Amino acid sequence: MTMLKVENIDVFYGNIQALRDVSITVNQGEIVSLIGANGAGKSTLLKTLSGLLKPKKGKIEFLDKSISGKQAQSIVKAGISHVPEGRRVFANLTVEENLELGAFLRKDKQGIHQDMQKVYEIFPRLLERKKQHSGTLSGGEQQMLAMGRAIMAKPKLVLLDEPSMGLAPLMVKTIFQVIKDINNEGTTVLLVEQNANMALSVANRGYVIETGRVVLSGSALELQNSEEVKLAYLGGH
Amino acid sequence: MKKSKQFWLFIIAAVLVYAVVQFFIANGTMNQFYSNTFIFIAINIILAVSLHLVIGITGQFSIGHAGFLAVGAYISAIVTMKLDLPFIVAIIVGGMVAALAGLIVGIPSLRLKGDYLAIATLGFAEIIRIVFLNIDYVGGAAGMQVSHLTTWTYAFVCLVITIIVIVNFTNSRHGIAAISVRENEIASDAMGINTTYYKVAAFAIGSFFAGVAGALYSHNFYIIQPSQFGFLKSFDILIFVVLGGLGSLSGAVLSAILLTVVSTYLQGYPETRMIIYSLVLILVMLYRPKGLMGTMEITDYFKLWRTPKGGDQHGK
Ligand SMILES: Nc1ncnc2c1ncn2[C@@H]1O[C@H](COP(=O)(O)OP(=O)(O)OP(=O)(O)O)[C@@H](O)[C@H]1O
Ligand SMILES: [Mg+2]
Repeated sequence: MTMLKVENIDVFYGNIQALRDVSITVNQGEIVSLIGANGAGKSTLLKTLSGLLKPKKGKIEFLDKSISGKQAQSIVKAGISHVPEGRRVFANLTVEENLELGAFLRKDKQGIHQDMQKVYEIFPRLLERKKQHSGTLSGGEQQMLAMGRAIMAKPKLVLLDEPSMGLAPLMVKTIFQVIKDINNEGTTVLLVEQNANMALSVANRGYVIETGRVVLSGSALELQNSEEVKLAYLGGH
Repeated sequence: MKKSKQFWLFIIAAVLVYAVVQFFIANGTMNQFYSNTFIFIAINIILAVSLHLVIGITGQFSIGHAGFLAVGAYISAIVTMKLDLPFIVAIIVGGMVAALAGLIVGIPSLRLKGDYLAIATLGFAEIIRIVFLNIDYVGGAAGMQVSHLTTWTYAFVCLVITIIVIVNFTNSRHGIAAISVRENEIASDAMGINTTYYKVAAFAIGSFFAGVAGALYSHNFYIIQPSQFGFLKSFDILIFVVLGGLGSLSGAVLSAILLTVVSTYLQGYPETRMIIYSLVLILVMLYRPKGLMGTMEITDYFKLWRTPKGGDQHGK
């Protein structure tokens, strides 16, 4: 079943066009990866999906309802949660308060409590540091927190923008394991990654974006074997 | 410490402070000068705490707080002097009209991200001053006669209400949403928090209490003039908040007390006053660059005493 359908969107920053005629779909239960060089427009696409930017043209449908141009908060309510680029944690709030803010729009106290326990199970490090100001966490711990906060929103679809950026290899592995785990538990994932190899190894399908356009799409396997992708993104051998 | 216990401790402390000061005023130990100083301290704390909500908690830079003070001062003076209504009505109306002004200034400028509020409030404060300067109904440049109605009791009750409302707001769900806006507006948006709503709400509440302070202020002198509400006044209030430590309510209270006392005692020597005032600021910035209290509250120190080891871990 199609969960997210993006049709021919154009997105601008002032006069600069960042996305041209972009169309993608994400099906329920999938992990879909977006790959592309720096400045290709990947983050722009995620920001548009979560309502931080408005498309100038085109349609965005989520669960058969239009969400293009909607406010960020109604999109979160509809079930999309965004982990923005660069771990934007609330530095002067504690780990626990950060997680609570992730569940800001939820009303089910019991469910919130359970999900909080779940996040602490996934990331025991966060439990140890639950009363610590999140600004004092290490980079990797902040990334865990950003992911945990997205889980707290109990999304149907989670948008992850470079979750492995700046992390040690072991931590990258952990993060990718978590992505697979939350996907197994029923959350659909749209993943932006520089590390194309990793991204395609967990994904069902992928899209390649270049200078604001989708230039290639297919199953993860097809992309991994495609000469263009190998050359440009997989270190070409 | 439990929240309710903290609340009752606060109330008990407040009643004690009130009773002691009131006792000395009533039996004549404190003359008019001293009782006025105490009233003035209360007014300045209200101003500091109301601006703290806007800048320290919500992270929106407002540099025209005197504009809302002026609105409260003039509107309340009209209510008592021209309409002959009771002082209590004047206080409430002064606050409400100031809050309305806050909405008018805040809604368009807070919908945008960035420091538009600073520009808008600066402009607003100047416009308000010039408007009052040119309206003969309120005396123009010569000013307006106002009866002395503000008493220690009025000032103190308003102060306590201000603190209770703002502390409650800060500790509530709304407060944590407002703090998340200060910390990172984009992440806050991404959490689904209606950032514009919380910015405007905090700003309107801050403006309301600035208006209340205005009512107390105008009825504490015998005359109000537009020149009392210039940029320097806004700047004085801003200094309370910055000096106290951005984000710390007790810091704002402390620095409002400190600076009011300093400037009252130096009133007779305007030149020395400016020098000493600047020295105090420079010293604080040198030795406590994050303000007197940083982001800590007085109650945090009690917590540290109780759990000497580990306990709460605060950022520097
Ligand atoms: N706020 C902005 N104002 C103007 N231009 C912007 C803004 N944000 C991004 N851009 C431009 O839009 C284009 C796409 O940026 P985007 O952040 O989406 O790239 P990206 O694919 O996420 O890159 P990276 O992999 O480096 O994160 C870039 O050319 C960038 O310079
Ligand atoms: Mg990016």
